[in-house]
Amino acid sequence: MRRYVIKRLGQAAGVLWAAYTVSFLVLDYLPGDPVTAMASAGMDSGQVDPQQIAALRHEYGFDKPVLVQYAEYLGRAVRGDFGDSVSTGRPVTSTLADALPQTLQLTGAALLLAVALGGGLAVLATYTSRRWLRQLLLSLPPLGVSVPTFWVGLLLVETFSFRLHWFPAFGNDGFKGLVLPALTLAVPTGAQIAQVLAKSLLTALDQAYVETARAKGADRWRVHLRHALRNASLPALTVVGLLVGQLIAGSVVVETVFSRDGLGRVTAAAVTAQDIPLVQGVVVFGALIFVTTNLVIDLVYPLLDPRIVVTSDRKAALA
Amino acid sequence: MTALSDVRTSRWAALTALVTTSVLLTACGSGGGGSGSGAGQPKSGGTLTFAVGSDAGCVDPQQVASNETIYSVRQIVDSLTDQDPKTGKIVPWLAKSWKVSSDATTFTFHLRSGVTFSDGSKLTAQVVKDNFDAVPKLGALGTLAEGYLSGVKSTTAVDPLTVKVTFSQPNAQFLQATSTHSLGIESSASVKETPQQKCSDGVIGSGPFVLKQYVQNQSITLTKRTGYTWGSSRWSKKGEAYLDKLVFKVVQEAGVRAGSLQSGQVDAISSVGKANEAALKGGQVTLQRRANPGVVFGLGLNNSRPALKDARVRQAILYAVDRQQIADTVFPTGTQPATSVLAHTTPDHTSLASDLASDAAKAKSLLDAAGWKTGSDGIRTKDGKKLSLTVKWFPNASTNQPALELIQQQLKAVGVDVALKQLQVTQFAPTLQSGDFDAAWGNVTRADPDILRSSFSTKLANFYHLPASSLDTALSEQAATVDPAKRRQLVTQAQQSLVQNAYYVPVVELQTQLGVSKKVHDLNFDASSRIQLHDTWIG
Repeated sequence: MRRYVIKRLGQAAGVLWAAYTVSFLVLDYLPGDPVTAMASAGMDSGQVDPQQIAALRHEYGFDKPVLVQYAEYLGRAVRGDFGDSVSTGRPVTSTLADALPQTLQLTGAALLLAVALGGGLAVLATYTSRRWLRQLLLSLPPLGVSVPTFWVGLLLVETFSFRLHWFPAFGNDGFKGLVLPALTLAVPTGAQIAQVLAKSLLTALDQAYVETARAKGADRWRVHLRHALRNASLPALTVVGLLVGQLIAGSVVVETVFSRDGLGRVTAAAVTAQDIPLVQGVVVFGALIFVTTNLVIDLVYPLLDPRIVVTSDRKAALA
Repeated sequence: MTALSDVRTSRWAALTALVTTSVLLTACGSGGGGSGSGAGQPKSGGTLTFAVGSDAGCVDPQQVASNETIYSVRQIVDSLTDQDPKTGKIVPWLAKSWKVSSDATTFTFHLRSGVTFSDGSKLTAQVVKDNFDAVPKLGALGTLAEGYLSGVKSTTAVDPLTVKVTFSQPNAQFLQATSTHSLGIESSASVKETPQQKCSDGVIGSGPFVLKQYVQNQSITLTKRTGYTWGSSRWSKKGEAYLDKLVFKVVQEAGVRAGSLQSGQVDAISSVGKANEAALKGGQVTLQRRANPGVVFGLGLNNSRPALKDARVRQAILYAVDRQQIADTVFPTGTQPATSVLAHTTPDHTSLASDLASDAAKAKSLLDAAGWKTGSDGIRTKDGKKLSLTVKWFPNASTNQPALELIQQQLKAVGVDVALKQLQVTQFAPTLQSGDFDAAWGNVTRADPDILRSSFSTKLANFYHLPASSLDTALSEQAATVDPAKRRQLVTQAQQSLVQNAYYVPVVELQTQLGVSKKVHDLNFDASSRIQLHDTWIG
């Protein structure tokens, strides 16, 4: 088990390093000079004189060779320092830290909703013995996956805010303001959970152990939830890990539609302003959340299915 | 680089900055035209909630150039003067009176007494001097304000209530500049802060409203200044404002802004596009519109490009554009086709509508005469070269792309091939400066005809690479002329020269369009098509 944990931790660190390096290389390769972008923060770049540009370049270390810059930034980044945002002058880490709670609230609520809605849908669809109902329920996830988040958001706002006046259409104000954005984000996510879970539930229900359980006289719900769901939840759990990344990406759209402050909004603004330190911070931070979630999931697997650790350790021993 | 070229670069840079900044900012914005004069007696109290589409990340009126942020920060500061939106005339505000020397180099302002800032400090000539001395040090963000003060030799406090500003060259535009938010007067305490501090913490002004709270990307909250008695001479209500509180919410999505107004969640919204008009019609909403003064949206031609050096080619482009069709199909209702390089709301605008009537036949014959023959694909060629232009533009308004696509079709009809190249906002100013474009799409908001000089004088940045001509004389002379009749004549001459030579191809006027709830009254546009909320009331 210890080897398993160490290996997973090592992989997580590797992913973070790769995210940092790839984003550094891409940003370095892209046209556009961060100093010009900085001078353009006030929406013009003509104002700053050449000396000032040189001074800024020096101050941010952009005048050094790329490899030196990379090494220095990486060294600082490891210690949690991503420098200052080019457009606002504030430290990247505090900008991200300010936006984080809003986005965690949103994505957390969306994930809970998605698991509840998607899981519920899958369980219900596989449990029902009415063919038409099953078909109907199973046709919902593909629909949920394919409609654009943007459109779902506007539809929800139109209905529940503009017509029914139940929730505010924009802003970060409290629980009421969270409902519509979280729901918007939960639709595609929940749909994917439902798809995967329904499929693996159907497979599980065909397995011999389910027959055995039934033969022993366990009631249908018990078989469905205790036996089949437990086994079927592994693939769904894997999907949830991947979906966390999607949720964070989706927050860009949702935070825009609902004018919420948060990481998505910060990301959109950073990209528009070519704010390189901030973009880099966002990339690494996004990777960190993704990696952490998947690490937690990897560590939960063995609790659901002890065979995973055994296999993994055996492979490691052979290698 | 030599010292001389440094000076030149930075002067050009400042002008570039001035012009492009306004280009960027005004195009995004919208304003409000008519006043919702309504039934009933005006009454005090209440909160106005106003949804804007963006946040500039700064709440210092001297630094901000984005219309949507100007709406709020304008209310915090008073200016020395105000400008009548109907006549363009400059009227008293913090200055009771002023005197401009006959060569337009010295401006002496006599301040009203008894004016205080919201921190209790007094308005004195010294405070005004401190403001004007600090503005040139604002840096990258404060380019509008800096541009207005460029060439200032000295500012002196003659006595406690008299301040004198002297320029090294005639600078007639300065009087109008003192009416803008960019030269709004801030308290000594604010003047001493760094530009960054002023941006994030806000400033202390003497205006009818005080900044209460600023949450970046979320909201700007202002409250009424009690004991305010020194409003602009233009305002109908004397003393304090009617409204107790102003809340500006940032709502990015145009559809959400419109729905929020329709459903009563906000009282007014900015940037109402054509697509949202239908949703707002018939409800409890008035659409208020006013054309932005300044240089209209159009194609800035690079007059040094071989094909465009030929006046006949430039004129052909001018005639090939059907302005009315563009205004009607792409822009919000009420948008007017350009009738000059200046919008009709600019003081000293001259209508040259007949010179700008679309005439494809004339365009074709001009191109024929210039030796451009129609090829098999309908595109004209000369000496084996195709007549093709690349128009560079950046997405600061949703109307830019459809407008340019229509122009592309209209020009194709006479044999001119147009390619569209979209730039990032940050790339636009350097592109103009480097001259690496055939044509650039943009506009500039400024309620003074001197904007023609900043944009087209060959002695300044001269982005469009105009040849030196009598146009320069007209432009510099209007800047040195205090006599309104004489200045008007020179400005007319400049507009005629620009249109007749087709140095710039005017297309449509930018129109600011606001959606305002019918319960909101007297939400009026100022001369720059932005808003003043002192006289506004809810009832």
